[in-house]
Amino acid sequence: MNDTILVSTRKGLFWVARRNGSWKIEQADFLGDNVTLTMSDPRSGRHFAALDHGHFGVKMHRSTAKGWEEIAAPAYPPKPEGFEENDAWGRPLAWSTARIWALQAGGADEPGVIWCGTLPGGLFRSTDDGESWQMVRSLWDHPKRKQWTGGGADLPGIHSIVVDPRDSKRVWIAVSTGGIWFTDDSGASWTLRGEGMRAEYMPPELTHDPVAQDVHCLAQCPAAPHRMWVQHHNGIFVSSDEANTFTEITGVEPSAFGFPVVVHPHDPDTAWFVPEIKDEKRIPRDGRLVVTRTRDGGKSFDVLTSGLPQQHAYDVVYRHALTLDATGDRLAFGSTTGGLWISEDQGDQWSNVTCTLPPIYAVRFV
Amino acid sequence: MARIVFTPNIQRLVECPETEAAGGSVREVLDTVFASNPQARSYVLDDQAALRRHMTIFVDGRAIRDRVCLSDPVAAGSTVYVFQALSGG
Repeated sequence: MNDTILVSTRKGLFWVARRNGSWKIEQADFLGDNVTLTMSDPRSGRHFAALDHGHFGVKMHRSTAKGWEEIAAPAYPPKPEGFEENDAWGRPLAWSTARIWALQAGGADEPGVIWCGTLPGGLFRSTDDGESWQMVRSLWDHPKRKQWTGGGADLPGIHSIVVDPRDSKRVWIAVSTGGIWFTDDSGASWTLRGEGMRAEYMPPELTHDPVAQDVHCLAQCPAAPHRMWVQHHNGIFVSSDEANTFTEITGVEPSAFGFPVVVHPHDPDTAWFVPEIKDEKRIPRDGRLVVTRTRDGGKSFDVLTSGLPQQHAYDVVYRHALTLDATGDRLAFGSTTGGLWISEDQGDQWSNVTCTLPPIYAVRFV
Repeated sequence: MARIVFTPNIQRLVECPETEAAGGSVREVLDTVFASNPQARSYVLDDQAALRRHMTIFVDGRAIRDRVCLSDPVAAGSTVYVFQALSGG
């Protein structure tokens, strides 16, 4: 069991730990500042925190024995002189890190390798524990990258990075909006995956185009890596062939719309979601905050409510704000209204840690 | 030499003491300052070395016009103020 959680919020980073059977906020770092994401590297034991200082830009910090130190943040290469690039709305696209949206340690056999996904769509790789970052040009320069568009954010961004537990050179990324991309050579070349996903809000000729898919979150079962789950803008999709093809899961109550998905580490048929009503109404249905869980690959879903507010709850749970520990039993999630809940039994029963944190962007077990 | 003054709000995040630097343009002056204080560079300039969107620079009381190339002239004895807007909740 993991007994410590890092909670990234609009106004700081909070350490939440289990002591004598109950969870407490033990420490706050970067108080007052916007912490958007953390990653704890199981190989080095180091923690990484992404901050967005707004006027002063996006920064990265890394833990040391003496506290946090600022390290390099991923930076875009110089835009070639005279090169014009507009986004899908016709506005000039700035080659500049607008947000760090994904942090993922490389495989156990490649210590020091860290992947970082950003807005406006640049993927970065470090081979020295974040001391320096190299943009993955093969993806940035791919002609289809220019078809990526902003989803909820104005700019396209890489929010999910999955490293194959069998082979660290094999990596999937997911883009909002830009589909799922795969490399089997550590990022030297990329192919677009995701046949079968559907974006019904797009023009008919683009509805099934893999690059037009607004994937909100991509998750892989470590014990059965062929199985991948997607929470999509349009609903829930599941793949049994490493994201080559997907099947849509329909009839999910109270809704198939949401942002996060997590998959049980050993059981590829078990996954959790936090539904909102629908894309144009992003609040829990009837003010009841629920988690949905399937244990049969999406044939049926449990609606988990015990311990969660069932009246006038308007919590939104972002894509990085639901997490699962290594055992697959302990879950935690945080909301835009500052609520933090933890379950010790796969979601059957939830306990509230606090309702007064700042808006929560990410929740991660250490 | 021009005098360079940074907003107090940046000091909490990265130390930017008032300093003097040579240069005939805002770009040249800032390059000199950031050569000895490299960490401060990304707090003021974006990845393309343009002025960050919500930052502004005054030279002798006048806001600069060229936020991309920072070509506005700086005279010996000028004072360059590096400021930011304060907004949000």
